[in-house]
Amino acid sequence: MATDNETVGGAVGNGAEVEAFDPMHQFQINRLIPVDFFGIDASFTNSSLFMVVAVVLISGFNIFSMSGRALVPGRMQSVAELSYEFVANMVRTNVGSAGQKFFPFIFSLFMFVLVLNLIGMIPYTFTVTSHIIVTFALAIVIFIGVTMVGVIKHGFGFLKFFVPSGVPAALLPLLVVIEVISYLTRPISLSVRLFANMMAGHTMLKVFASFVVGLGILGGWAPLAFMVAFTGLELMIAFLQAYVFAILTCIYLNESIHLH
Amino acid sequence: MEPEAAKLIGAGLASIALAGAGVGIGHIFGAYLSGALRNPSAAAGQFPNLLLGFALAEATGLFGLVIALILLFVV
Repeated sequence: MATDNETVGGAVGNGAEVEAFDPMHQFQINRLIPVDFFGIDASFTNSSLFMVVAVVLISGFNIFSMSGRALVPGRMQSVAELSYEFVANMVRTNVGSAGQKFFPFIFSLFMFVLVLNLIGMIPYTFTVTSHIIVTFALAIVIFIGVTMVGVIKHGFGFLKFFVPSGVPAALLPLLVVIEVISYLTRPISLSVRLFANMMAGHTMLKVFASFVVGLGILGGWAPLAFMVAFTGLELMIAFLQAYVFAILTCIYLNESIHLH
Repeated sequence: MEPEAAKLIGAGLASIALAGAGVGIGHIFGAYLSGALRNPSAAAGQFPNLLLGFALAEATGLFGLVIALILLFVV
């Protein structure tokens, strides 16, 4: 969310002191290398930088840890195999054998979101997933892809997806409309879930951090203890949201392959 | 009423959505615990579903937060 800094400062208060504790300041996007692509602002920002860092980390880790190809895995190879097995299990239980060809996509998606969420937990870094445009782009790609999978597999039969079975004919016109609307809101709910969780968590951490500084050496210990607990909670949420993002993709994929 | 005041009141009202999320999360963990204590051997298999339900219930509250932020910073 590209929040205008002055608007936030105006809503909270004014002055340089507020600026330092502005909980929205951490989400600001800075242009590192300005690029003007035929009138479109395609600058290399801090958001792009952390996406590149995440991709390099994931690829580097997987290539490096699997380079030994030991039969009895070492520590690094175990972690790589664990993450592979975790996602493979998720795809197997939610989509079945028909979903195995989508495994690379789900694996990349899960690792990308997970690493971006976890990088954001390091102080003074940038949380890419706390911007709705990033999560919405991911979600709309999933939505279009899943719809295309359904249409290619079933043709016009895919429209049966919107007609729930076993309901009275009189209710059908209403239910079909509801089904279509609920299908179309999927990319919104998928993206807002991830974005809102990450943004709310980081804002809360920043607000509590400002309590620690504000109460000083005498009173600051109580919010500091909360900060430690919240950081643990946020680490769990970072993993959980990546997991939910991947598993919902699996569920959507399953529905368009098997039609309910 | 001042439009600015109406925006702030609306943002406050939108945060009531968190009450529903609280009820939902409490219900999910309560139901999981009562099920797990009746049949501990089946509890581990349902842990992923617990996390999924938790995340889904929590997200509904955060939609309210998004509405509050839109009211405060966008409208």
